[in-house]
Amino acid sequence: MEGVTGRGKYVALAVLLLPSLVGMGAFYILPIVSSLVLSFTKWDLLTPVQWIGVGNYVAALGDPAVQQALRNTLTFILGYLPAVVAGGLGLALLLNRKLKGRTVFRAIYFVPVVTSWVAVSLVWKWLLNPQYGLINYGLALIGIKGPGWLFDPNWAMAGVIMTTIWKDIGFVTVIYLAGLQEIPENLGEASSIDGATPWQRFWSITWPMLAPTTFFVTTISLISSFQVFDQVFVMTGGGPVGATTTMVQLIYKNAFSYGQMGYASAISWILFALIFAVTVAQNFLQKRLDKSDG
Amino acid sequence: MADRALRPGDYATWAVLGLGAVIMLLPFVWMVSTSLKTGDATFVMPPQLIPSAPTLANYSKIFAAVPMAQFLLNSVFVSVTSTVIMVLTCAMAGYAFARIKFPGREIIFYAYLATLMIPQQVTLVPLFVIMTWLDWGNTYQALILPSSFGAFGTFLLRQFYLRLPREVEEAAFMDGAGYVRIFFTIGLQLARPALATLAVFAFMASWNSFLWPLIITSDQSMMTLPVGLSFLNGRYTTDWNVLMAGAVIGTLPIIAVYVFAQKYIIQGLATTGLK
Repeated sequence: MEGVTGRGKYVALAVLLLPSLVGMGAFYILPIVSSLVLSFTKWDLLTPVQWIGVGNYVAALGDPAVQQALRNTLTFILGYLPAVVAGGLGLALLLNRKLKGRTVFRAIYFVPVVTSWVAVSLVWKWLLNPQYGLINYGLALIGIKGPGWLFDPNWAMAGVIMTTIWKDIGFVTVIYLAGLQEIPENLGEASSIDGATPWQRFWSITWPMLAPTTFFVTTISLISSFQVFDQVFVMTGGGPVGATTTMVQLIYKNAFSYGQMGYASAISWILFALIFAVTVAQNFLQKRLDKSDG
Repeated sequence: MADRALRPGDYATWAVLGLGAVIMLLPFVWMVSTSLKTGDATFVMPPQLIPSAPTLANYSKIFAAVPMAQFLLNSVFVSVTSTVIMVLTCAMAGYAFARIKFPGREIIFYAYLATLMIPQQVTLVPLFVIMTWLDWGNTYQALILPSSFGAFGTFLLRQFYLRLPREVEEAAFMDGAGYVRIFFTIGLQLARPALATLAVFAFMASWNSFLWPLIITSDQSMMTLPVGLSFLNGRYTTDWNVLMAGAVIGTLPIIAVYVFAQKYIIQGLATTGLK
């Protein structure tokens, strides 16, 4: 393919690459760089931009709202992550058995994944209604008085977590199913001849071989846990008394309700730092695990 | 893989999978059921799964109260347009990165990849400022353009073209065709499976996108479905039958797309997710 002359090559680049370059520059690179610069300033869109160095970062780390959002995120991760990963893996293991109807089940579990967060949040807000919601009605049938869910600071996050698990579990299931398909079938057969129970077979063969999938799923879910916004915005607005406020919500509020563009930008870079740290830690762990496996 | 003979454990598996399916579907059934109820029937205890006197009043109420058809139209237009631009620009750029050698290629490609590390929320404030300066608030271009480009799709297509043998293209080169003509006559066709995967992702991301449209639209006539639904949420806080009618309208189109494109969506997701 050396036949194209220098001039022809640059014409081709102008046609093929330039549109993408302009778009990426205007909507990614430029905003990212501007955001970093803005994070060191104080700016309300109306008065001139004021350089304040690391002032926003210092203020953010001491801001009770930021600390609460971080605590809320941690609560969210503790409730959401193990459940969605274990649940998705469990469903994938069941679906991986060659049973009739499994493609139908897989399709059903995936429906919430494609549905928009706003619609899902509305439905769950109604399901979780303390007086007339289906969930508290179901609980009452088995003799449990359901909590106030989204109206109760102690239970609101639990409601958000349940909703998010319900929406995302099909995604995790499908990713695990793809991972399971990569495991050669004769591996399992060989050990079942050796008299291993299904339980032993799972822990000695399936689980180690799924390690890359588990890492992938955990990383993706962790990253999305830091970016929770839609469901909280619709279901609780961050309340009651800030019990479900997230980092993204603080970015939204500070920028578009309080007009603190610099401060909001700084919070968005703190969010980036958290996500970056998690990704690096995950990669490091995976490399170490790969090594120890020899 | 053929289905094998049934074992006792299979019934237990079915029971668990069936229970799971009920949990996944019940919220949707409840959504439809509530949307067909009168105001009084909504709050009847015990709840009725099948409304005793079903009505479509909530749907007409919603179409009268807010420009629901406009929300739908905006969502379709914004999603389709940004998907088309995304697929085309990613394929062109992916082809260029894979086939054309030019100075700075590696650095530019790494800059693309670096944007994947940055969460979308970082760009929100400057994007809003830029759009305000351009006076693009409440416009289609503001809704469409920021979700029309992406490093993920460019990367996906670049990898595709790198793995693709060059023989077919070589013949065209011998006939004197340039990169651009070869891309549009051969490259685009060959990449159809990868393009379909990317299109499905781009469409779903754009269709369900909420935060950016929420920020950039205040005019009802420019709102997309998710923003319109969220607006309804603020207005009909306790009219659950009306809100559920809105949720049905917001859910049906994407579920229809899903039913038709199910294979592409699930397989595309499973294969690209792991690579």
